[in-house]
Amino acid sequence: METLPTSIRYVRTEESPTMAPPVATGGVTGWLKVNLFATPRDTVLTILTLLLLLWMVPPIIDWAFISAVWTGDGREDCIGPGTGACWAFVEAKFGQFIYGRYPIEERWRVDLSGLLLILGLVPIAIPSVPYKRENALYLLVVFPVLAFILLTGQFGLEPVETPLWGGLLVTLVVAIVGIVVSFPLGILLALGRRSEMPIVRMFSVIFIEFWRGVPLITVLFMSSVMLPLFLPDGVTFDKLLRALIGVALFSSAYMAEVIRGGLQAIPKGQYEAANAMALTFWQGTRLVIMPQALKLVIPGIVNTFIGLFKDTSLVLIIGLFDLLGIVQQNMNDPNWISPATPATGFVFAAFVFFIFCFGMSRYSAYMERRLDTGHKR
Amino acid sequence: MAHQESVASDVDDSGRVSLMNDPKARGLVFQVLLIIAVIYLVYSGVTNAIDNLARAGIASGFGFFGERAGFDIGQSLIPYTNDSTYLRAFFVGLLNTMVVGLIGVFFATIIGFIIGLARLSKNYLVQKFATVYVEMLRNIPLLLQLLFWYKAVLSILPSPRQVGLEPGAEVVFSLNNRGLYMPRIVPEAGSSLILYALLIAIVAWIFIGRWAKKRQMATGQQFPVFFTGLGLIIVLPLLAYLVTGMPLSLEYSSLQGFNMVDGWVIQPEFMALLLGLALYTAAFIAEIVRAGILAVSHGQSEAAYALGIRPNLTSRLVIVPQAMRVIIPPLTSQYLNLIKNSSLAVAIGYPDLVSIFGGTVLNQTGQAVEVISITMLVYLTLSLLTSAFMNWFNSSVALVER
Repeated sequence: METLPTSIRYVRTEESPTMAPPVATGGVTGWLKVNLFATPRDTVLTILTLLLLLWMVPPIIDWAFISAVWTGDGREDCIGPGTGACWAFVEAKFGQFIYGRYPIEERWRVDLSGLLLILGLVPIAIPSVPYKRENALYLLVVFPVLAFILLTGQFGLEPVETPLWGGLLVTLVVAIVGIVVSFPLGILLALGRRSEMPIVRMFSVIFIEFWRGVPLITVLFMSSVMLPLFLPDGVTFDKLLRALIGVALFSSAYMAEVIRGGLQAIPKGQYEAANAMALTFWQGTRLVIMPQALKLVIPGIVNTFIGLFKDTSLVLIIGLFDLLGIVQQNMNDPNWISPATPATGFVFAAFVFFIFCFGMSRYSAYMERRLDTGHKR
Repeated sequence: MAHQESVASDVDDSGRVSLMNDPKARGLVFQVLLIIAVIYLVYSGVTNAIDNLARAGIASGFGFFGERAGFDIGQSLIPYTNDSTYLRAFFVGLLNTMVVGLIGVFFATIIGFIIGLARLSKNYLVQKFATVYVEMLRNIPLLLQLLFWYKAVLSILPSPRQVGLEPGAEVVFSLNNRGLYMPRIVPEAGSSLILYALLIAIVAWIFIGRWAKKRQMATGQQFPVFFTGLGLIIVLPLLAYLVTGMPLSLEYSSLQGFNMVDGWVIQPEFMALLLGLALYTAAFIAEIVRAGILAVSHGQSEAAYALGIRPNLTSRLVIVPQAMRVIIPPLTSQYLNLIKNSSLAVAIGYPDLVSIFGGTVLNQTGQAVEVISITMLVYLTLSLLTSAFMNWFNSSVALVER
């Protein structure tokens, strides 16, 4: 490198003036500036939301905690002016909310069934635990039989009539029977809708679209009022079973559409490969198509289950006492009637439903992320 | 699925596959069996039903439609008394269902879009607020929400006297446990002109819109269609109102004894149903809107900025039209859900189709088969109509590919 003449060489002799520091993006102020006060419009929105929160949150906290009644044994404790939630009501009725009028000395059977369910559910929900096939078999076949024996009282156990069942027990029974029955039915209907046999396809389409086009309420009315008319004289079902039939038919139509989505996502090559290996239709479906299709639609199945779980609350309209039904019934207990009781009962029921549904939706989102990475090309 | 197994042994001397393994023949047999099974099911069901009905002494048929209903309905759009027929009661219920469905769809869409956009906001507080809203309302059964609004919020409001209404005094606006009271607009002679003016304004808006689009296509000049239209819709009826000599008057409600009379009232059942349906469905619509906007690739907005289009115009002209294509199909099913869910009105006593027809009429006549089939058919028709309309709307905004 040759040296330049001194006349055009520029050497700085003093320090340049310091510039203002960049606008902080870290720390508390930086975070506030980026996330809450970035533009004038943002500032307005932030202030409006803050005002809304200030208007809503303190009364809710006051109602639920500060002026709530935590202990008590009757309406006198909850009726005073300015009292908030009457949690004593929930405490007193908690057993009923869970078991309904199931005999107290037999409640261990409900607990045991719940334990059996959790034993099957936890390992199947964790992707890394092996023996998924056996596990699914247990949940779809063995567990329902065991639970049926335990809950209704077979083989020498004290029989418990279904009108005595209630609360969370009925909610879970309706939801689980709905899903267990609708799963195989849904697979059959989905296959039927994609079948090449025109009459099978037509029946499947009519069945699916009919149930998807009517509200569950009318289905429940139908199964509780109309169904007995179509049965031979002398054959009667109990009320719970009739509701279960309605719920199962209704949810199998929704399940069929979810599973059809999975079937459509399987590349044609998979079907052709199964045929090329000389597998029969059922072998190909069982060994090649279904394992892939079902895995793809796990989030959809969980979402259907969430919908079904929420919809179980509708059985109260045909006179069954599920969680919501029994909460509502207990609100009218003369011993507990107070202005605060309805809100307390509903908030408790909402909390229980929320825990179940939110848990399931988180699980579905987790599976979605997990499956997503596996299938990106 | 066509398939062949161990071909060699199934082929007879003439080279044809035996009937047992011919997929076509097997399919035919299977379908015939299915038809026989379905026919048997329907046949045995119908014969059982006829037996059972004969035993219960219920005459089947639709003759009951002409009989006197004999019960009162709290809210009705068409004139109805307890002397009216069951057919009229049916239409009252149907109209009530349609009213709550339409208004519910309207509010659910607006709230849903606002919450959906808020979930995408860069503002931390707004975004979290929207997230909490969606997660809370999505995960609690609608029936519970309806009962909550009805029994825990609206039913324990103070009574008209406790609110402080004076007997006989005119009420401008009052929310109490009897409902929401507002003045009613009473049309007088000549007021139909105002309605015509409104219609003319709407038609003019449509025509101006078309003309402005054509002009923009030809010359590139824009025309403020929205504000012109809005102006027309306000100014024309107002002019008609002034010209015809102000033929509208307000009728105020007032407290007479223990009851509220006159005025325009929104009953608590309707409010609870509308609140529940709109807020619940809005949570689902918000998620659809969010997904739709996220589905528009980032390059689209970057391209718009590169062309120098301002952010507001970018979202209106580039992002939203593309997002709508993703949003509309699932939005349709949410509308259908809302209409079907409006049948939950039966739980809080709003006189909709299920509550009037599947409830009261069924109990009075005992015609279970007819009543429930009709109710189901009505919902099926409503669903099919809504999806037909939304399919048409969808095809009109769909991407036209070359």
